[in-house]
Amino acid sequence: MSKLSVPVRKFDAVIVGAGGSGLRAAIQLSEAGLKTAVLSKVFPTRSHTVAAQGGVSASLGNSEEDHWHWHMYDTVKGSDWLGDQDAIEYMCRKAPEVVVELEHFGMPFDRTDEGKIYQRPFGGHMSNFGEKPVRRACAAADRTGHAMLHALYQRNVRANTQFFVEWMALDLIRDQSGQVLGVIALEMETGEVVAFHSKATVFATGGAGRIYYSSTNAFINTGDGLGMAARAGIALEDMEFWQFHPTGVAGAGVLITEGVRGEGGILRNSTNERFMERYAPNAKDLASRDVVSRAMVTEINEGRGCGPNKDFVLLDITHLDPATIMKRLPGIREISIQFAGIDPIKAPIPVVPTCHYQMGGVPTNYKGQVVGDDAAPIRGFYAAGEVACASVHGANRLGTNSLLDLLVFGKASGDTVIDDLRSGEIGLKELPADYADRTLARLHRLNTQTGGASVNECRLELQRTMQKHCGVFRFKDMLVEGVAKIVEVEKAVAQTEIKDKSQVWNTARVEALELDNLIEVAKATMVSAEARKESRGAHVRDDAPDTPANPNGRDDLNWHKHTLWHRDGSRLSYKPVIMKPLSVETIALKTRSY
Amino acid sequence: MATSTMQFKIYRYDPDKDNAPYMQDASVEVDFAIDRKLLDVLTRLKAKDDSLSYRRSCREGICGSDAMNINGKNGLACLTEIKDLKQPVVLRPLPGLPVIRDLIVDMTQFFKQYHSIKPYLINEGPRPERERLQSPEEREELNGLYECILCACCSTSCPSFWWNPDKFVGPAGLLNAYRFIADTRDQATNERLDDLEDPYRLFRCHSIMNCVDVCPKGLNPTRAIGKIKEMMVRRAI
Repeated sequence: MSKLSVPVRKFDAVIVGAGGSGLRAAIQLSEAGLKTAVLSKVFPTRSHTVAAQGGVSASLGNSEEDHWHWHMYDTVKGSDWLGDQDAIEYMCRKAPEVVVELEHFGMPFDRTDEGKIYQRPFGGHMSNFGEKPVRRACAAADRTGHAMLHALYQRNVRANTQFFVEWMALDLIRDQSGQVLGVIALEMETGEVVAFHSKATVFATGGAGRIYYSSTNAFINTGDGLGMAARAGIALEDMEFWQFHPTGVAGAGVLITEGVRGEGGILRNSTNERFMERYAPNAKDLASRDVVSRAMVTEINEGRGCGPNKDFVLLDITHLDPATIMKRLPGIREISIQFAGIDPIKAPIPVVPTCHYQMGGVPTNYKGQVVGDDAAPIRGFYAAGEVACASVHGANRLGTNSLLDLLVFGKASGDTVIDDLRSGEIGLKELPADYADRTLARLHRLNTQTGGASVNECRLELQRTMQKHCGVFRFKDMLVEGVAKIVEVEKAVAQTEIKDKSQVWNTARVEALELDNLIEVAKATMVSAEARKESRGAHVRDDAPDTPANPNGRDDLNWHKHTLWHRDGSRLSYKPVIMKPLSVETIALKTRSY
Repeated sequence: MATSTMQFKIYRYDPDKDNAPYMQDASVEVDFAIDRKLLDVLTRLKAKDDSLSYRRSCREGICGSDAMNINGKNGLACLTEIKDLKQPVVLRPLPGLPVIRDLIVDMTQFFKQYHSIKPYLINEGPRPERERLQSPEEREELNGLYECILCACCSTSCPSFWWNPDKFVGPAGLLNAYRFIADTRDQATNERLDDLEDPYRLFRCHSIMNCVDVCPKGLNPTRAIGKIKEMMVRRAI
């Protein structure tokens, strides 16, 4: 082995990512006085949490009776019973506390007439264990993510958090025992590579929605945490489950919040029919996202799509009072004018299901510790937010539970780090001799590669393959073919060539390094999806149809379990779903309908 | 296919190999059926020449990454319609800040000013068990303020900020200062006003209003600055 070295900086904790979960974790650690470094590819307020729109869920009951237990039930049902019930109970019970805390940090929530936090209805949010819609989504107009991310950043400014802005983490450092000792990172401005040697490493790197061609996600959402974890020998959990948000702007992919339907918006097909009444007689347009997305694609596939190519449906709010639109949905109006060329006060918005959220991720427990295949924590390693799989979202996430996840598990991971440091559970261990080898080899290859493929073309091929072979509806043959295709793309990715070899702000190099992460995520997704021979939540396949024995195609006997994808040999293993909550009774398996 | 060639003049500078910045002529095929915004075309330009450097992330005008000077006016590439652009489209980095490379500027000074106004809620009272109450009317006061995305289009279009970036807070910072002054939950109004009562920090604003003209979110820093000045006058008498 070569024993190349890079400069080393030492910290109590390193947080990778400065979106909602990273910033929430940073508040805990900075306010506890720990020497903490927060690394981010972008200035913190540019993280993708900023684009969340509709709300953050908490059973505050500000407008009508609500209870965390009902929230828990909705989340378990939304997850199609794949979520771990201990983590779900933890999240739903903590929700009111963390949302109120956020208000205290300065979050500019909208208000009720009594001056309380404004709450709106959202998909799958019901009262009394699935009975009727309840107002649970706490909102700041339709800019909740923006308001939240800025409030969290501002609180960190107050706490004097040390940020490393425009630094990209490249690889995880682990020693022989498997303990995590920090990350190797690249300073984009200078091209310098530095080891952040730390007692605790928290991944808050967000999702990887850019594996799909059509995505609501930002360019930066390239699954960096997943790629790093996979390369370091950590399995990825439930990667076959991707949420397609029902309402992305047709053609542009930009998100239109479910809050639009929460405020009374209606989906219509080419015959002007409110088709959701047929698919979800009770919840209608506010059924769970996977259910609505499938209904939309079915309408389009059966010829009832709109437009010259009949390839989208319409989201109609023209019947709402323009004053309500201006007050509650001003950002949506802006986006519709900018990206659809229509004013939603006057005309319906063309929408299609668009890749939005990764339910799977790095396996964690509800304390934010990353766990190995035996469910035992991996020492020194924590994760929160979209990169993590606790698993609170299971096979399908409820709208507004993502922002909640960031707050609850960002905070929990920070608290667990503090506990583990104080108890002496983790300390600063010596770096292994080869700590920088993998990273330097990757950089060396990029600097010397000739005759390789273009990063842009490889990425497009990857995205098109995922879009075609692993979308809203999945087909056995297409999945098998998809696995073979992704393996081909993987070979090209290993040979990418960049023309720009400059040290300063080399975005070509950054994009090539991001592609290394995208391919791990794409492969994990395709392989896990091909293997899961049932339909559940967002994963629905043609050879697992709705039958009396397996309603909705769900096969609990054989497939009520979490997938673990191991990079080494692209091997799969499985682990049981945690059905025992922390204090209440198990929410037993049941057929899901809305 | 509605394809067409678009012409560009782009500010290029790589400190690793260029002695001085230069304007580069570039052209690219665009497909108007797919490409709507300047960022879409920049993506095409970068596919041809991977050394072209600029920041971008959300591509929907909410993260504030891709601010640049487009045909002489600051704006976000992701919200700029290509059909409206006069050609050759002249792209430069935001004015008034040091250039690191191509269209990427060093934003240190901009964020330093933002941080200087204590951009966080100050309320040292005991924390209530539930949310602090605020009426819808009180909350309304924050509209037009909290939506700032810190893209720096405004501050880098402001002559007062160009001359005194180290002393003048600039429109973005002042808009955010007023966001906290206007918040009924914040208890530091007097300290905030004291901090700004300074010939440079606030009073370098001469109401040129370039900031209002360029804000991609349609915000009005000049109005917020006027309100701060008004409050200072009111508390003086």
